[in-house]
Amino acid sequence: MNETYRAFAEFAQTWGLLYFVGIFLCVLAYALSPKRRGEFDAAARMPLSDD
Amino acid sequence: MQTELSLGQPDPAAKGPAGGPQKSMTYGEGGLAFLFAMLALGALVVASGAESQAYAFHAYLSALASIVCVFAILNRYVDRPAARPALEIDGKPNYNFGPVKFATIAAMVWGIAGFLVGVIIAFQLAFPVLNLDLPWTAFGRLRPLHTSAVIFAFGGNVLIATSFYVVQRTCRARLVGDLAPWFVVLGYNFFIVIAGTGYLLGITQGKEYAEPEWYADLWLTIVWVTYFCVFIGTIWRRKEPHIYVANWFYLAFIVTIAVLHLGNNATVPVSVFSPKSYIVWSGVQDAMVQWWYGHNAVGFFLTAGFLAIMYYFIPKRADRPVYSYRLSIIHFWALIFLYIWAGPHHLHYTALPDWAQTLGMTFSIMLWMPSWGGMINGLMTLSGAWDKLRTDPVLRLMVVSVAFYGMSTFEGPLMSVKSVNSLSHYTDWTIGHVHSGALGWVAYISFGAIYCLVPWLWNKRELYSLKLVNWHFWISTIGIVFYISAMWVAGILQGLMWRAYTSLGFLEYSFIETVEAMHPFYVIRALGGVLFLVGALLMAFNIYMTIREPEAASAATPSLVPAE
Repeated sequence: MNETYRAFAEFAQTWGLLYFVGIFLCVLAYALSPKRRGEFDAAARMPLSDD
Repeated sequence: MQTELSLGQPDPAAKGPAGGPQKSMTYGEGGLAFLFAMLALGALVVASGAESQAYAFHAYLSALASIVCVFAILNRYVDRPAARPALEIDGKPNYNFGPVKFATIAAMVWGIAGFLVGVIIAFQLAFPVLNLDLPWTAFGRLRPLHTSAVIFAFGGNVLIATSFYVVQRTCRARLVGDLAPWFVVLGYNFFIVIAGTGYLLGITQGKEYAEPEWYADLWLTIVWVTYFCVFIGTIWRRKEPHIYVANWFYLAFIVTIAVLHLGNNATVPVSVFSPKSYIVWSGVQDAMVQWWYGHNAVGFFLTAGFLAIMYYFIPKRADRPVYSYRLSIIHFWALIFLYIWAGPHHLHYTALPDWAQTLGMTFSIMLWMPSWGGMINGLMTLSGAWDKLRTDPVLRLMVVSVAFYGMSTFEGPLMSVKSVNSLSHYTDWTIGHVHSGALGWVAYISFGAIYCLVPWLWNKRELYSLKLVNWHFWISTIGIVFYISAMWVAGILQGLMWRAYTSLGFLEYSFIETVEAMHPFYVIRALGGVLFLVGALLMAFNIYMTIREPEAASAATPSLVPAE
């Protein structure tokens, strides 16, 4: 039980951390990439344009 | 679940030759009517063998509601035209606003009920004689009634109403489902009735924000999965390629609440004839699961859902695009990455392992970043339009709510620091903190959204009276200031009195002395609550008059804000 716990905790504290940081970096890259500027500007105006 | 899903599919085959389409009952209508008939039968069986009168009452209530549903479905079938409602009329989406209207009015009604119970229990704390010595009116039963009424009944209906509105408008698509959206709205409100009456009759799991017992939890699960299907189905049907950020926040709210609800209500009932159930988690694990649930109810119900309201209604009302759409994406992901870990800060200095407490504290402090990023994004949306704050009290309500969001999300992480928590925990400071978030942020953004929604839904040019909105704003703002400043003083005083020692090392104050010292602050708090309730009553009158006023009258009133 204790060994299982330790192995699990070690995995979560190293690879788990890297995994989440990695995903978050992808989010930053997606949000800040200059080529999506136009798409996001249009998206921001979406609620304002009436149908 | 199959039945609810099939409700969503409009049947193209129903369109017959011009002039005489063949009317037939859909699988959804027939299936749901059958299921409700079975449910009524089952509820009657349970009622006949129920262990307690309170549980029998709930069983009879369920049977009655199920029978009403069967008749309502059949009646609706007889009255409706043969063809299903068109998805589009003249190239424009044919929005389904019926369930939105119902949830909006339900929110207003439950809001007033919840605020009223809040005022009553505030006076009970100041004057214990008001407990009336009856079990049904005791503080211990009325308090969960208050929290559930304001959070789940008022807040929940606001979230359902606005999410069904926003997802349709930003996807330019009609809500998926025919009966399904009505099932969500009515089923959710029936859950509220079962939960609320249960507390008064003494049926409770005794867990903060998760008081309803197993049968109410099962019902809510069915309603919630249907809610998810309707929401995701509407996004699937969208005409816009991009999914607007508000929908992301709504989706995170719906999905996470489902997961939290299942995790924290993993219970085994004693029998179908008993309202009582036992949780599968034991001891400190149960406590941890409860506060993982409890804090994320704050994070995903009271924050993510209402941030979705902020990201749609503030830009719409101010007629400005959101300050930074990129920041809103980062705000979203950072918020959901961090919030889920913050729960252990509710269990500082308990049997919970120390590392878990520190983890909860660390993540709470990291939450400053997304919280303030979101607040700045909301406030800066007004850049270049600040003058509208002077003329439009509805926008003012929403902007002040974002300021309160910033304030209470600053205070929260501060209180999660262990050394601060050793003073603040179990004191009224916590109550003050919760209410600066609940009254200032959640209620104000909801009021703003309802003030916007009602003229849009009922096709009126503007509200009945913006002057009344102004009165509402100022009266309830003074009420909030009374409330939270009284609770700050009360809480810190309480914390300091509890830890005061004499020179000989004895506790300086007995517990009852600390209770006596609270009396003046409890009276001020109750008066603050009265002001907040008065503001809400003004709002209800204003909403009522807006809905019933003829269109011509509203056109004569000069509008202070740009027309939609």
